[in-house]
Amino acid sequence: MTRGGPGAAEACDACLRRTDLIAAMAAWLDVEWRRRSAPAGVLSLPDEALLALDRSGEAARRYAGFSARAARERIRAAGLVAVCSCRAAYPERLRALADPPAVLHVAGRLPALESEPSVAIVGARRGTSYGLEVARALGRGVTAAGLPVVSGLAMGIDSASHVGAFDAEPPPLVPPGVHATPTGVDAGDAPPAPPAAELGIDGRKAGWPPDPAWPAAPVAVLAGGADLPYPASRRRLHARIAACGAVVSELPPGFTAYRWCFVARNRIIAALGAVCVVVEAAERSGSLTTADFAEQIGRPVAAVPGPVTSRFSGGTNALLAAGAAVVRDPRDVLDLLLGPDAPAPGPPPPPAVPIEPRLRGLLDAIERGHGSLAELVGGADAAHRVLEDLTDLELRGLVRRDFGGRYVRALETGR
Amino acid sequence: MSLGRVDTFALDGVEARRVWVEADIRGGLPTFTVVGLADKAVREARERVRSALTNSGFVFPQERITINLAPAYLRKIGPGFDLPLALAVLVAAGQLDAERIAGCAVVGELSLYGELRSIRGALAVAEGAHRHGLGRILLPLARAREAALVEDLEVLGVRTLQEAVEVLRGERAPAPPPERTADADAEPEGPDLSDVRGHNGLIGALEVAAAGGHNLFLHGPPGTGKTMLARRLPSLLPPLSSHEAIEVTRLHSIAGLHGGAGLVERRPFRAPHHTISASGLVGGGGIPAPGEATLAHHGVLFLDELSEFHRPALEALRQPLEDGHVTIVRAQQVVVFPTRITLVAASNPCPCGMGEEACRCSAADLARHQRRLSGPLLDRIDVCVTVARPSAGALRDQAAPASATLRPRILAARERQTRRLAGTRLTCNAQLTARALRELGAATSAAEQLLFRLHDRHRLSARGHARILRVARTVADLDGSAAVEPEHIMRAACLRLDDQSLAAA
Repeated sequence: MTRGGPGAAEACDACLRRTDLIAAMAAWLDVEWRRRSAPAGVLSLPDEALLALDRSGEAARRYAGFSARAARERIRAAGLVAVCSCRAAYPERLRALADPPAVLHVAGRLPALESEPSVAIVGARRGTSYGLEVARALGRGVTAAGLPVVSGLAMGIDSASHVGAFDAEPPPLVPPGVHATPTGVDAGDAPPAPPAAELGIDGRKAGWPPDPAWPAAPVAVLAGGADLPYPASRRRLHARIAACGAVVSELPPGFTAYRWCFVARNRIIAALGAVCVVVEAAERSGSLTTADFAEQIGRPVAAVPGPVTSRFSGGTNALLAAGAAVVRDPRDVLDLLLGPDAPAPGPPPPPAVPIEPRLRGLLDAIERGHGSLAELVGGADAAHRVLEDLTDLELRGLVRRDFGGRYVRALETGR
Repeated sequence: MSLGRVDTFALDGVEARRVWVEADIRGGLPTFTVVGLADKAVREARERVRSALTNSGFVFPQERITINLAPAYLRKIGPGFDLPLALAVLVAAGQLDAERIAGCAVVGELSLYGELRSIRGALAVAEGAHRHGLGRILLPLARAREAALVEDLEVLGVRTLQEAVEVLRGERAPAPPPERTADADAEPEGPDLSDVRGHNGLIGALEVAAAGGHNLFLHGPPGTGKTMLARRLPSLLPPLSSHEAIEVTRLHSIAGLHGGAGLVERRPFRAPHHTISASGLVGGGGIPAPGEATLAHHGVLFLDELSEFHRPALEALRQPLEDGHVTIVRAQQVVVFPTRITLVAASNPCPCGMGEEACRCSAADLARHQRRLSGPLLDRIDVCVTVARPSAGALRDQAAPASATLRPRILAARERQTRRLAGTRLTCNAQLTARALRELGAATSAAEQLLFRLHDRHRLSARGHARILRVARTVADLDGSAAVEPEHIMRAACLRLDDQSLAAA
């Protein structure tokens, strides 16, 4: 366990001071960021130029009185590990940036940042059920192939891709014996419930992966301090990623993000990923900045096509029109990274099982978007037959029932 | 003789409590005092009684009159004490023989002209009179039919104070209770399912909800027919039993909703607006009054736009849904209101309600909306369906069958449940707990296995597991099957409510 350990992972004084300076200047940078058209420029300024932006002199005083020891103490107290750009443990990929972060603060396992290549999967916070489904399937497929997912923990697409990563290798669902009391309501003979902190996003027992060196453990990059789950509603996902992968931020622990920090965060996501996949983004969506950064540093950009009538896919469709690679399933991502003939590092996906014509018809209707019971059962003579078939399809993983009871096509077995 | 006593009843929640109105007249300066924890309306009765007596041709004694309402600890509310007060004065003043009014419960509000006005809770009072062994009840004629629902009780319905005294003296016979008029809410059956077009796929879900008493969640964009479907659920429920009908009549009469037309025969349907407060929903107030959940007792409570309801109101509904009653504690009293309801909740998919493609809601709006939905109430809902906008073809071709054609199957399913649950306190499948399901659910091992497969695939919560099994039990009952077979589980799974999928992303 690297957490809290001294030595290689420590950051040097100069880099810590630089980080502290950026945190102190955050409010000024918010102004400066909007004034300059090229946002990346600001963070590549040397310390002196940054200090000159502060007209109050407050940051200069703080800069002069900076104590690296106190900074290290704060990092340790927050349960983080820091690695600066002067150390070998610093991810080489980040040096492709014109303004690489001076220090990475990591909640979780630092080695999780080492496994390459990783895949950046990003998208809008407001995802449609289609986008969320695809993001989850991509996260699952890429992780199953042994490549880590890098994303931003935001609501919507980002979270869905993280959740998909955890779907990839489901841990043993429940300890043996629980099946004896399937309802679990009867607490009498059920095993004692694990403490809440150990439970994953879906209530599964954590303590996962069994192998601490899970090469495909997901990585989340935050705009604020790595110790602060943001958004707060994703704190369980945050805890889960920190337990086996890494939650990363360039800003010190406890730092609350300014608006520019989210864009700055996107450059780190773009640099960590060997490819940047945008799943769903409207025109002018913030997640397109990630694609811009990736393009600037020469990483391939890929996008998931969406309906041309959907404004939620306007940005991704525009990326495709501009020449981004098409991503239909995880296989496409792997082809892009490893070449079309390279064997996937993970186990091959199970072959698709042919389905009966009756189920095919039902599946077609769902794929056309007629997913409510009224539409599926409506004209049928044998309503109960349709209901049974729907559950059959669901058990085969071909459809999923969303919250309101609407059936949507699930992407489980790939193409 | 300068003392008089008349029996009457005070409403305490839904209970009628016996009260004696005692009048004492003695020499002194003319005063008229009422003691015995009377509220404002009762104290004002003095003025009404004075005028009504005089205007009805009686002599109001110009002496010192003291009225006591016993027992003194019980709070007396409302104008129903006017008539007993007036009669007590008449007895004390010697204008009416005491034995004429012995064993007779009296309630009624007086006008200054001496006419009797209708009162609330006549049925509860009549039941109280019968319970306390009083053989007769004297009350406004408009409520005579309602009081007559109590057997072995002589009902004296009168229109005026004058008439009341004459009836008591035996000088005239009480007027016959008014004939049952065509009531304001004329449709005896309520809206029928056959009005629905284009939603044939959802009839199965309504049928299951009606047969098992399951709470129902309708999810879908505005204008697709969620409210229309909800309003038709009562028409699928079995008719009120006589016992249930009496309970509903009593409650509605106490709440002032009952027109006096005798027994309420339709299952209530209540659809409170989403701005309702917690006490409006489950009952409350300084003097506890029944809330919407109680008014929907034995019927359907419909909450449209579930996510717009105030959180405290929804939280408050939790216990009533679980227990079938709500307990309201005030400093002086504890009141229990019955709330055995079928809940139907409806919600738009997002705050703007436009559906996925046209939706203009932000991610935060959507998250807030879903968080509100995922609240405590959904735990109590077994059946969930999406109501989509029907296509033109469906509107043209799909006409729902009449409720009457579905009802026999539902009744038969209910009867199976009643037989199975005989000897327990439960009445329908919706009330089955996880333990009761294991003992009485009679799921085959193949069905259990299938449920585990679903469990593995969907990470069902323990609650979700029990919910599917409960609904499957009802599906099997509708099929007339003693055991829950895999096919029943499969059908029930299509109606489940997934609380997990909200948390995913």
